[in-house]
Amino acid sequence: MTMTLVRRPGLARLRATDRGPLYLASAGFVGLVVAVALLAPWIAPHDPNTVELGNALAAPSGDHLLGVDAAGRDTLSRLVVGARTSLLGPLGVVVFSTLAGGAVGVVAGWRGGWLDSLLSRTTELTLAFPGLLLAILFTSVYGEGLLAPVVALSIAYLPYVARLARSLVLAERERPYVAAYRVQGHSGTDVCLRHVVPNIAPVVLAQCTVNFGYALIDLAGLSFLGLGVPALTPDWGRMVFDGKSAIQSGYPLSAIVPCLVIILTVVAFNVVGEHWADKVAGRNR
Amino acid sequence: MNFVRFAVRRLLEMAATLLGASFVVFGAMYLAPGNPASFLLGGRSASPAALAAIDRQYHLNDPFIEQYARWLGNILHGDFGRSIEYRTDVSHLLSSRLPTTLLLVGMALVVVVLLGLALGWAGAVRGGATDSAILVGTTFAIGTPAFVAAILLQGFLAVELGWFPSSGSGSGDGIAAMLWHLTLPAIALALYLVGMLARVTRSAMLEQLTSEHVAVARSRGIPERHVISRHVFRNALGAVLTTAGLIVSSLLVCTVLVETAFSVGGVGQLLELSSTTKDFPVVQAISLIIVALFMTVNLIIDLLLPVVDPRITLGTRATG
Repeated sequence: MTMTLVRRPGLARLRATDRGPLYLASAGFVGLVVAVALLAPWIAPHDPNTVELGNALAAPSGDHLLGVDAAGRDTLSRLVVGARTSLLGPLGVVVFSTLAGGAVGVVAGWRGGWLDSLLSRTTELTLAFPGLLLAILFTSVYGEGLLAPVVALSIAYLPYVARLARSLVLAERERPYVAAYRVQGHSGTDVCLRHVVPNIAPVVLAQCTVNFGYALIDLAGLSFLGLGVPALTPDWGRMVFDGKSAIQSGYPLSAIVPCLVIILTVVAFNVVGEHWADKVAGRNR
Repeated sequence: MNFVRFAVRRLLEMAATLLGASFVVFGAMYLAPGNPASFLLGGRSASPAALAAIDRQYHLNDPFIEQYARWLGNILHGDFGRSIEYRTDVSHLLSSRLPTTLLLVGMALVVVVLLGLALGWAGAVRGGATDSAILVGTTFAIGTPAFVAAILLQGFLAVELGWFPSSGSGSGDGIAAMLWHLTLPAIALALYLVGMLARVTRSAMLEQLTSEHVAVARSRGIPERHVISRHVFRNALGAVLTTAGLIVSSLLVCTVLVETAFSVGGVGQLLELSSTTKDFPVVQAISLIIVALFMTVNLIIDLLLPVVDPRITLGTRATG
């Protein structure tokens, strides 16, 4: 069978079938959100920052499909363009925490020694700092901008990825193929980089998809507090922040629309990530 | 390892981690860009004399390690410094706001524990359509950030339907008014954790349900409800308890979102206000308190685990 040709069973299993309707819907939604973010400037019906004060808090109409917010800006356009900021932040967090955390975890698991004990010490410290708290601490010092919260959350998420990679490497190190390569004269680094890392990658990547959802929650929460993303930048969390006072006066639409989009996006990323994690681990639920 | 030695070792570890945390919290401010005195003033301009006074008051010309040692020493004496924004002691600010937040967190904790355990139990025991509904429900609960839940509850139940007050904590009008005002914030705070706890409980109980000791118990004719409560749930409790630290720290941190959404005058709202106004002594104090509470809960759980599950010997649980 072709199975013998598949070098990395983990990655192959990512594409395997047995797809439930919830998974398919979620994967579709993730695709849709990413496409909207990429094409935002071309599909947004209005400029997201154009202010029509006379039109403020208008109900949905043919011109403004999702209505207008309290500052007279088109909600749909802000939603579409805001997809960029709202996805870019979590992407930065996931990329950085995965690369750095993965590297630390692999080295700690493969080599052990001082790096391993340093990792477990700093992990305890970072685990005590919830991501959102560290992000608030960083933004209150460094002011607005996306960089400070992304760095803070990357640091907060790093130990989780590192711990996962470390435990996977420890399990992988004991497997016969590693010994076989060593006997054939491959160097330790070579075996680690060319065989162990590709073998653990699917599990780590599946976890990262779930982390994307958490990072989105944390960053949106920060924007909701008015921290992080600068005031005029369209961003989903920021839209909820801007729509807060309109809710009190009975015009909830401009805040509720981004709320629903945040929920759907996070749920979609979580479902896809957990599905992949189950697949690569060979679990059934 | 005997209990006292284990407790002492864990206490020392906790002290070391807290020291590290305090270093991070203090160092973050020290590394802040710009002149610390103008930073403390939050960008407001001040006369050279005022700047010199601030330098003296906060000992800004001393070496870093001396400043850190003084700051830490004061905190150990219960002195968290003075708020720049409110011009009063941070400990005074905190103590006036702490009861509201503790009540809110306590209410949310009750919801999380009761609803989370019940849903997880029902999902594992009932199976079928109930289980599927609970799985989908918890998936959405986990995907709903606390501030989104707060805004949606406020928009529909408070403003549209008028069933609940839409803002404020009702403090000053007696305990009943406070409970009434804090109902929606507590639900918003609890939602994510209800989903998470239900998931953990469900999978821990499912694992027990397929184990041999349960089959033996059933074959001996023990009534099913006793099998579930005394054999399945009791054994699943260990796994459930390990999430307690995460639950408490998540509740504490997310009060910042929920209290801001509902304008509840608690510690969370204070954290939001002080981080937007760069009132750093307040941010430092609240961060440190949250970290310390989280570690205290984890310590208690570590000491309690062997009582709940005698198979676990002290200190052998995988951390986290």
